[in-house]
Amino acid sequence: MSEAKSLRVAYGEALKELGAKNDKIVAMDADLAHATMTSIFKEAYPDRHFNFGIAEANMVCAAAGYAVEGYVPFVSTFALFGAGRAYEQIRNSVAYDGLNVKFGLSHSGLCVGEDGGSHQAIEDIALMRVIPGMTVLVPCDPIEMKKAVFAAAEIDGPVYIRVARPVCECITSEDDPFVVGKANVMSGTSDCDVVLVCTGLMVSKTIEAAKMLEEKGVKAAVVNMHTIKPYDRETVVKMAEKCKAVVTAEEHSVIGGLYSATCEALAGTDIKVSAVGVQDVFGQSGKPEELFREYGLTAENIVKKATELIG
Amino acid sequence: MMDFEKQKEKARSLRADVVKMLYLAQSGHPGGSLSIVDMLMALYYNDVMKVDPKNPKWEGRDRLVLSKGHACPALYAVLADLGFFPREDLWHLRQLHCHLQGHPDMKKTPGIDMNTGSLGQGVSVAGGMAMALKKKGGNQKVYAIVGDGEIQEGLVWEAAMSAAHYKLDNLTVMLDWNGLQIDGSNDEVMSIGDVMAKYRAFGFECVEVDGHDIEALVKALHTPHEGKPLFLCCKTSKGKGVSFMEDQFGWHGKAPSKQDYEAAMKELGVE
Repeated sequence: MSEAKSLRVAYGEALKELGAKNDKIVAMDADLAHATMTSIFKEAYPDRHFNFGIAEANMVCAAAGYAVEGYVPFVSTFALFGAGRAYEQIRNSVAYDGLNVKFGLSHSGLCVGEDGGSHQAIEDIALMRVIPGMTVLVPCDPIEMKKAVFAAAEIDGPVYIRVARPVCECITSEDDPFVVGKANVMSGTSDCDVVLVCTGLMVSKTIEAAKMLEEKGVKAAVVNMHTIKPYDRETVVKMAEKCKAVVTAEEHSVIGGLYSATCEALAGTDIKVSAVGVQDVFGQSGKPEELFREYGLTAENIVKKATELIG
Repeated sequence: MMDFEKQKEKARSLRADVVKMLYLAQSGHPGGSLSIVDMLMALYYNDVMKVDPKNPKWEGRDRLVLSKGHACPALYAVLADLGFFPREDLWHLRQLHCHLQGHPDMKKTPGIDMNTGSLGQGVSVAGGMAMALKKKGGNQKVYAIVGDGEIQEGLVWEAAMSAAHYKLDNLTVMLDWNGLQIDGSNDEVMSIGDVMAKYRAFGFECVEVDGHDIEALVKALHTPHEGKPLFLCCKTSKGKGVSFMEDQFGWHGKAPSKQDYEAAMKELGVE
């Protein structure tokens, strides 16, 4: 069994491993290399790591310049300052030209914890998802993080990888497939009573919720939507064929993220969708687990929403 | 290479192409397009930039990033004249399915090295290109043309800081200093102050030059700048070459009427 580690450490390690295989990989950071963990890559390849100082917009545009010249830049900073502050640079200098730049943005969501609402990106998935041609990946554990980094490098075009801060147990296995745009059914069948569609740090809580539901006699399927875009409609529709009930779980605003993507995909069907996520409010300081409870990002709340939905 | 007298004639016919394009499109930016024609002439007609119209993506070429992307009609006229694409295309500027977009698109138009249009970003991308080219060990140069209103964008100064930090002596930033922007003069809208002193303080080699004197521009472009980027402050007139458009901020983004068009073409010596 693989060891528990922070997803940002897994990101940095994966980047280093990728760098050994492909000398076109370069990493860029904005004075946060020791927080995003691109420092691991820097240690191995100091001549392929570029610090742009506290100037995210310039970093993103410079990455576009590197991509034009045939490099594959992995850009890292906090999710809020990449997807947020440098949004328009990502949109116009990278995505509009279809350039091959990857964004591994860390400290996403409420799990940032004590730094508070100013640093907790609850809208990054929404911002990245709306950009034409952008692939959006949200890994749930260290194993998936590594697979996501390698998969991103195989894609010819911009990719967003959401990198969470906390230490995470491995809940997937090395042998599990990781196909971009193809959700992983972690448990359950299409004969289930409710489908739990989850992503990122909410996957482990959803697995817990499924067990709690089972104890109540409710059969729940767990679908790990590691790729938010392109969204795997086929798997969700198939799994919900009988029960017609889906609960989404994400550490992100319910506006624009997994819940929105799911509703868009299922519009016109008779499948009902309910959401666990941040309810259109900003975060605040606190320990990550306290914040998850405060904002309803818990297994108990998933159980509650599922129970309400299926009556 | 044409002698400079002939180049003046060429510049005049390119300006006529610009006016015709904007008249036919009935939209676009005459003022800033006309002000950079001579800067483009200095780059493309004087062996300053190495390019190959038959092979627009030639790896060994020098790159131009038109950071003030709205002035692209002038660049399109130059690229068509050099044979990157048929001149006939110019008359379909900004029309549906024409490769000549309202702002430059490298995926659509041969000879365009970067998509631009959102001000401030091009010069920053140019810095990244210059870094990447140095890293590859090439001797290609990167030129960026920025507008004077554009340098009000903070990103321009982030880019300036990193260009000096990474000692990008393969990067030249040319400022089209015509003094006017959409809402009026730079001084009225947001003073840009002593731009020479600013770029010098950021660590650039700085030269001030008449932006309509092609010979002087060529000389300035050859200024040695070992270990640092080069900044050319090119003093220009917005709308240069068409008397009623010159130094008028109202011509920033207005298409010529039929009457304007005919008067401009007459002045530019094209019937």
